[in-house]
Amino acid sequence: MRAPAIALALALACTGGAQAAPSKIVVGSKAFPESWILGEAMTTLARGASQGAVEHRSNLGGTEIVYQALRSGAIDAYPEYTGTVAEVLLHRTDRPPLDSLRAGLAAEGIAIGPPLGFNDGYGIAVSRATAGRLGLAKLSDLAQHPEVRFGVTHEFLGRADGWPGLAHTYGLAPKDVRGLQHELAWDALAKGAIDATDVYTTDAQIAALDLVLLDDDRAFFPRYDAVILYRADLAQRAPAVVTAWERLAGRIDEARMTTANRQVALEKRPFAEAADSLLASAGVSAGATSAAPAGGGAWARIALRTAEHLKLVAWGLLFSILVGLPLGVLATRSRMLARLALGAASLVQTVPSLALLAFLIPLVGIGTGPTLIALFVYGLLPIVRNTYVGLTTLPRPLVEAAEAMGLSPRARLLKVALPLASPTILAGIQTSAVITVGTATIAALIGAGGLGEPILSGIQLRDSGLIAQGAIPAALLALAVSWAFDGLGRLVVPKGLRLPRVE
Amino acid sequence: MIELRGVTKAFGGEAALGPIDLSVPPHRTLALLGPSGCGKSTLLRLVVGLLTPDAGTIEAFGTPVTPETRAGLRLRMGYVIQEGALFPHLTAFENVALIARDRRWTGNAIARRVDELARLAHLPADLLERFPAQLSGGQRQRVALMRALVLDPEVLLFDEPLGALDPMIRASLQDELAGLFRQLQKTVLFVTHDLAEAAFVADEIVLLRAGRIVQRGTARELIEQPAKPFVTEFVRAQRVGAFAGGPR
Repeated sequence: MRAPAIALALALACTGGAQAAPSKIVVGSKAFPESWILGEAMTTLARGASQGAVEHRSNLGGTEIVYQALRSGAIDAYPEYTGTVAEVLLHRTDRPPLDSLRAGLAAEGIAIGPPLGFNDGYGIAVSRATAGRLGLAKLSDLAQHPEVRFGVTHEFLGRADGWPGLAHTYGLAPKDVRGLQHELAWDALAKGAIDATDVYTTDAQIAALDLVLLDDDRAFFPRYDAVILYRADLAQRAPAVVTAWERLAGRIDEARMTTANRQVALEKRPFAEAADSLLASAGVSAGATSAAPAGGGAWARIALRTAEHLKLVAWGLLFSILVGLPLGVLATRSRMLARLALGAASLVQTVPSLALLAFLIPLVGIGTGPTLIALFVYGLLPIVRNTYVGLTTLPRPLVEAAEAMGLSPRARLLKVALPLASPTILAGIQTSAVITVGTATIAALIGAGGLGEPILSGIQLRDSGLIAQGAIPAALLALAVSWAFDGLGRLVVPKGLRLPRVE
Repeated sequence: MIELRGVTKAFGGEAALGPIDLSVPPHRTLALLGPSGCGKSTLLRLVVGLLTPDAGTIEAFGTPVTPETRAGLRLRMGYVIQEGALFPHLTAFENVALIARDRRWTGNAIARRVDELARLAHLPADLLERFPAQLSGGQRQRVALMRALVLDPEVLLFDEPLGALDPMIRASLQDELAGLFRQLQKTVLFVTHDLAEAAFVADEIVLLRAGRIVQRGTARELIEQPAKPFVTEFVRAQRVGAFAGGPR
């Protein structure tokens, strides 16, 4: 009688313990409205099915970034498309069936849920006027019209199942192809700056802007059936959540998804609201309501974002100074070191921030970590360079006087060289700070917040007011930081260096 | 006190000095005189170890001046250059005190020493808190002299210390320096291109030309017993004769 009681108590204690600290579930989504809506719907369903906290990290850049976040465990799940899984994640061009996609990702500990019911394939759309003028109805018609100007997303430009394959299949050689942010392409098309763009077939704008979707007459584009990718261990950690998501199988068709997209992109309704009505139209009970969008007025939000931004800038800059200053000093010790330090610092400057982030996510996850590393790296060069230049261009008589009087090397550096070079070094830190304020807007791409967040959302929603809520404070912040350093000069630069000479 | 033996120095293949032998006896003031480019500043910079000779040896206080020994030897030498090379970010006091602080003197010892030197160099005490930019050229040179003297070195090296000053201030500082050298009994190497200045402050003159010693002696010997025609030429160019009652 006693032993089973103890066992029961133990079992209860164990399960109780497990329930007391259930792991947090993090849903990710890419930086475009449809992904955001689906992510929001997944989050809502997960909240209804799980006792633990569920968080949605939206706007996680492109496929590389969000998938690396999934693999590293920074997020647990995100909405994806079968075509993308095949081409981008598995590098397969043979359009494998879903089962072989599942087998491919299982090797990396990632599971694929059932198809949600709609195909959001790539397509090429032109304005009705262009279609009429050139007589365009099918993609093969484009081969006769190299004058058609293309504006396509950067990802489309680079993917084998995107522009290169399309151009090859249909023999396209247009004179003008440029990479554009998807949301900006609509405006460009409406204003006539471009004639054709890549669209997702569930884009609400196709109907709204009265675009003509050209027929893929050679069946080039593979299917992009929406699915949920999740970490395989989630089935053990939170089986109820996985079950809840599986209820979406086959429930969201093209019409429902397009409606939800229109609500966000054209009717400017909040993502959570569009997600709720999507779930309702799909006949899936949420079991929980979507989290209300962050409360408070616009001013409170701007203040919050600005504070986040400043924190990122301050930490990034601090690390840049802590490493850049000694590196600049070290560079003065030998020509080899100088070349190495300055070369390395300029080299990292040439790496695009997105590429750097994609590289960093498998190593440090998403959020503040990779952002700080990126800010540190981009802030380094001006500090290293100005420290080096400041120290190597000191007036020779002064350097020799310090040496000839027998000062120790330490005193020569700390009491003479660094104070004399301080105006140049401070200017380098100032440059670095201003650059960092600008660079920190990329933090939003990997969920670290800051003023990039409203900019990114604003671009997606084509809401210039929202863009301004990020861009204007960022610009003012850059000015303020620059002024602050002018003021700091009065404290840091020795008084004797700021005096005019009497004669 | 200072010995140079067979010293040569070239810059980028161009011979700048030597071969040269020179012995500087203790407690004497020796002027290194010559036209610009004759190697007199190079010689001084070799002694203080800012340059290393291509050949030959330099000894100070009986120790060879090498990259290993020069740090210690420099503490026993004071070096003053044209315009003083005062550190603009430090006050006059801090300029003078810098090396003593680096040698871990106490604050009291430093204050006493600076006070003593200010009286010696005739620098009003209220100027000590000024920055170099707030001092006149003459005042800056007084501070530079104090800075060179702070550790009470046995050897003083001057590289055209009065070159940038106007004639009135220059004359009065020449007076003071000559008095100071007699009073302090240091071993002094004094680089100048001005024969009158050399004659005024130094016991002996070494005339250099193109990196070699042309003649060593007193000013009177240079004028009355020139070793070579160049000596006569140099003396005449300095117009010393005009005041000494020479040909008009």
